[in-house]
Amino acid sequence: MNEVVITQPLEVVLRAVGVLAAFLVLPLLVGQTEHKVMAHMQGRLGPMYAGGFHGWAQLVADGVKFVQKEDITPAAADRSVFRFAPAVALVPYLVALAVIPLSPSVVAAPTNASAVFVLAATAVGILGTLMAGWASANKYSLLGAMRSAAQLLAYELPLVLAVASVCLAAGTLSLRVIALDWQPWWLLWQLPGAIVFLVAAVAELQRPPFDMPVADSEIVFGPYTEYTGLRFAFFLLSEYAGIVVMSLLFAVLYLGGWQGPWGEQVGWIWTLLKGFAVAVLIIWLRVAWPRLREDQLQRLAWLVLVPMALAQLAVTAVGVVMFE
Amino acid sequence: MTTLDVAFAAVGAIAAGSGLLAVTTRHVVHAALWLVVCLGAVAGCYLVLGAEFVALVQLLVYVGAIVVLVLFALMLTRAPIGPNRELSTGRIHRLLAAVLGAAVAALLAATLLPLADGVVRRHEIPNASLAQDIFGIWVWPFELLSLLLLVSLVGALAVSRLVGGAPGREGRR
Repeated sequence: MNEVVITQPLEVVLRAVGVLAAFLVLPLLVGQTEHKVMAHMQGRLGPMYAGGFHGWAQLVADGVKFVQKEDITPAAADRSVFRFAPAVALVPYLVALAVIPLSPSVVAAPTNASAVFVLAATAVGILGTLMAGWASANKYSLLGAMRSAAQLLAYELPLVLAVASVCLAAGTLSLRVIALDWQPWWLLWQLPGAIVFLVAAVAELQRPPFDMPVADSEIVFGPYTEYTGLRFAFFLLSEYAGIVVMSLLFAVLYLGGWQGPWGEQVGWIWTLLKGFAVAVLIIWLRVAWPRLREDQLQRLAWLVLVPMALAQLAVTAVGVVMFE
Repeated sequence: MTTLDVAFAAVGAIAAGSGLLAVTTRHVVHAALWLVVCLGAVAGCYLVLGAEFVALVQLLVYVGAIVVLVLFALMLTRAPIGPNRELSTGRIHRLLAAVLGAAVAALLAATLLPLADGVVRRHEIPNASLAQDIFGIWVWPFELLSLLLLVSLVGALAVSRLVGGAPGREGRR
């Protein structure tokens, strides 16, 4: 089943602008939600003043503040790599967002193997953290970069295996067709894979409880220690863009994307709502669990997640052979 | 000249240039990063020629895993910022490497150039037929390769566990 090919230059530009707009708005929305949800879970109010109504403009104000700050490159740093790293961390998520379908027709760049595409793009983004950690010429940064390399190597495998299981179930690598084929009973059939995917995605994003690489209280934000101003903001933005990409991917792979009441007409709203619910879950994980230690991280990945993902793959294969 | 020719020439030039930089730079981490660019450009070549899935797997496996592993190993051992004089090789080595590289390039050119007719063709390869080829025609080489990897994995484990003392959890301490 081949996707349509876009050839009109104007259409290409319009689609690119659309993705860029979503890329700039959705992470801010998730960030603001994190401020407020986390605050209320901890018995606080969170930002209340910026913008008037419940501090809705807090992140806009933060952005303005970051722009005004001085952009410092440490004297001992490797200048070119140091300055280029934030772009390497940020752009892949923008590219990944372009191929995630919100409904069968609402997708910026239709591709055949979009599930693999998203995984490949996010795998490239990881390099930004490593480049930042090495080029900073700071021992905390280097420690953080080493921790993130170890963590990302360990969690990449279960993530890919979990996605492979859904692809096997639907018999395609296209996210659009996966969500079209999705049935409600897949919720149970693919449940172990979904859990593996969620845990591995949170670890891949280096979000608490898997934030050992950036542990602010021991290695002072790890790879990002030396960054200031806009470049630091880009790293933060890439974290929240990563949450958006992983949440939408989870919604499309495991929750049926646009399927729901009136899915024919307002399917994209369903995808966004499901993705938003997953994002809130990821925020909740941060509040609920303390940080895992390095050896616990590796143990969880290799002794729990990888076997679980392999078992899920076997269960899926048996299901596919039996029911088709 | 079509758009396809231009795109192919561009990614090819990037691949060749970054490959050259990867072996000539004296910054050891820069070499790894140029390798990323090179592998990415090779993935671009696959993409231009229509092998979408191969291109994506190239990115996922080589950039996402192999180069991350290389960088991790560099950071674990020693990766100073700035040029590293120890990495320099002698004149004879350089000459030998250049001759060897030129010989391989000449061999490849001699075999491949007669086959090429100067036109870049795009073959859209469906993922299903790719899978059928790998797990049908080429299944035995594929399984042999997996076995080789498994053997090397077990070997690595044995080397790290059994060297210098009794096997077991605390074997090396």
